[in-house]
Amino acid sequence: MTAEAYGDVALSDLEFDSLTELVNLGVSRAASNLALMVREEVVLTVPKVALLSRNDAIRTLGERAAKSLVAVHQTFEGAIVGRALLIFPEEKSLELVRSLVGSELSNEEIIELEQEALAETGNVILNSCLATIANSLQSSLKMSLPEVLRGESARFFSLPPPPAGGTTVMFIYIDFLVRRRNIEGYIAMMMDLPSLTALQSLLQDLIRRTGGPVSG
Amino acid sequence: MIYKLLIVDDSKLARMAIVKELNACYPDWQRIEAGSAADALRAVEQEQPQIALVDFNMPNRDGLDLAADLRALTPNMPIGIVSANHQQEVVDRARALGASFLPKPVTEKSLREFLTSATKQLQGAAS
Repeated sequence: MTAEAYGDVALSDLEFDSLTELVNLGVSRAASNLALMVREEVVLTVPKVALLSRNDAIRTLGERAAKSLVAVHQTFEGAIVGRALLIFPEEKSLELVRSLVGSELSNEEIIELEQEALAETGNVILNSCLATIANSLQSSLKMSLPEVLRGESARFFSLPPPPAGGTTVMFIYIDFLVRRRNIEGYIAMMMDLPSLTALQSLLQDLIRRTGGPVSG
Repeated sequence: MIYKLLIVDDSKLARMAIVKELNACYPDWQRIEAGSAADALRAVEQEQPQIALVDFNMPNRDGLDLAADLRALTPNMPIGIVSANHQQEVVDRARALGASFLPKPVTEKSLREFLTSATKQLQGAAS
């Protein structure tokens, strides 16, 4: 039985379940680290994983997010290739920085620190998420340095390097909320389709190690 | 003594991972799997497990909501909340319900420690 199929790649229900669980593990670790950094509880939704066309993924983000966004962007490569972003409304950016560095600093000092603090936050969150996924798959991923971007979501997903595999992507997103400071945002990942074949093989290895049946 | 362990997680892979560690610790124990809080409550009614391991981050009702229900239904049941989200608030809320917290992925060591303490608790309640 096929849960998600596109082109030549079809993930079984169990493979799809395993992928969602891996993302859940990664993001939960990442949220725990963010909570330590901001000293506040971070609430997460259950991750959504879908195979979509690149345009549909961008449209989905556009529909649910404010126009002015800040994103910390990192690419990853290894057995799987893609990009991960930590995204939140630009108006919350200074509030996030304030929660990271403490409220005793002046507005000028906060603004001065903004870029660096955002990059470091994204680095910790995205790395802990991706490292958890890579370790679970027993595969290593090379992560780029974090880059802070501003603008609309469509722009974030059309950045170089160009996608390796046409127009279909594995699209993953999870909402997070720092409740007491009312900072909401989300983590989004896009994986290129040629990676999906490699990912499927890694998922099958993981399922085998966990003691389950592997079909196909 | 052989016990019945309820394993609640919306991910089948996560349930498989716990079953694998359970087989390493206590291969004779019975296990009941549930993919949601609603299924878990049905399973408790029908199968009466003595111990529960509950994932925190599940769609609809989360693991702490379910743990509160389980606590009301079976006050002496040892409950373990399982999550990679080890934020202090989550751990504190688990403890406030009298539940243990097990980091995800569950290891043989953490499962064994939880189950050893759970069986002691059950034997203490029975004597």
